[in-house]
Amino acid sequence: MSSTAIEIQPKRGVWDGGNEPLKASYGKLMMWFFLLSDIFSFTAFLIAYGAIRISYPAYAGEVADFVSSNEHWPIPEMIFDAVPFVHGGHFPLIFVGLMTFILIMSSVTMVLAVEAGHRNDRNDVVKWMLWTLLGGMTFLGCQAWEWTHFIHGTDEGVILTYVNSFNNVVSEAVYGANLLVNEYGPAPFAQLFFFITGFHGFHVTIGVFLLFLAFYQAAVGVYEDRGHYEMVEKIGLYWHFVDLVWVFVFTFFYLI
Amino acid sequence: MEHVNKNSREVIPRDPAKIKKIWLTALILLVITSVEFVLAFTMERGLLLYFIFIALTIVKAKYIMLEFMHLGEEAKPLFYAIIVPLIFLVWLIIALMKEGVEIFGVRW
Repeated sequence: MSSTAIEIQPKRGVWDGGNEPLKASYGKLMMWFFLLSDIFSFTAFLIAYGAIRISYPAYAGEVADFVSSNEHWPIPEMIFDAVPFVHGGHFPLIFVGLMTFILIMSSVTMVLAVEAGHRNDRNDVVKWMLWTLLGGMTFLGCQAWEWTHFIHGTDEGVILTYVNSFNNVVSEAVYGANLLVNEYGPAPFAQLFFFITGFHGFHVTIGVFLLFLAFYQAAVGVYEDRGHYEMVEKIGLYWHFVDLVWVFVFTFFYLI
Repeated sequence: MEHVNKNSREVIPRDPAKIKKIWLTALILLVITSVEFVLAFTMERGLLLYFIFIALTIVKAKYIMLEFMHLGEEAKPLFYAIIVPLIFLVWLIIALMKEGVEIFGVRW
């Protein structure tokens, strides 16, 4: 019949629950572990690129005299040398340098959006999300152009001897690239180009949808009602990861 | 630091030092990329150049992960949970590079 309630406070250990060992929210934690698994997917692609590249002879002559052939691996700066609106010019790596610049800048505006979110500054979040969204869409547009040019190829083409899809050995002019043959180098060169930049572009596409979601929800005040801008932070992590991957793709595919 | 302002809707004024740091990181990333770009055309292609490219790329990756993704500010166990598994990649690189060289020997 005691009316006195005694509050028992058990001694809590680290594993007894009720604390946050990693001091991060569930969503952020899961985003980090997803990104870790994605790091493995992308590095698998890039290391496979290295292994396949090293299994082909490198081009031996002077860079300026480079001719493409399916017998040796191409020099990227002699392949990726086109820019939009200039037909047949030689501007090595200019366009892909521009794409890198655009993606890094969109990553910067994303950090600024996350920073504004920490300050609950709705106007700044909306402004920087819009810039990030524009950067992401511009990058996708550039990649679409890059792919179109890569697939259609040069006016001259290159005469190659290869096994065609009917299993016959043929010797003919090849223009552009597909998964079977390409005018730039051995078949795996184009295959890896499509798979690596394609997988990255797929991530950018999803990123652009997520950026739009964050932009829209920030603009209509969903996050302000929620009291925090954690969604912007999580999408920010994903977007920086896309930038991080591109930094590696740029080095391994376009520079080396 | 992310949790300080939760559930308070008050707008906190901009901290110029923080914003300056973000732009400084951006500048560093762009300068490193420009250096890579210039080296691609001025240096002879070879192992030394590839080594420089990979080193500069890892420096850039460090800036993106620590400054942009704030991985350095997360709790240490989370930091190591992300960084340590990357050791597996070292094995994959060694194994597949050797494999590539062997295939080269068989094929050519």
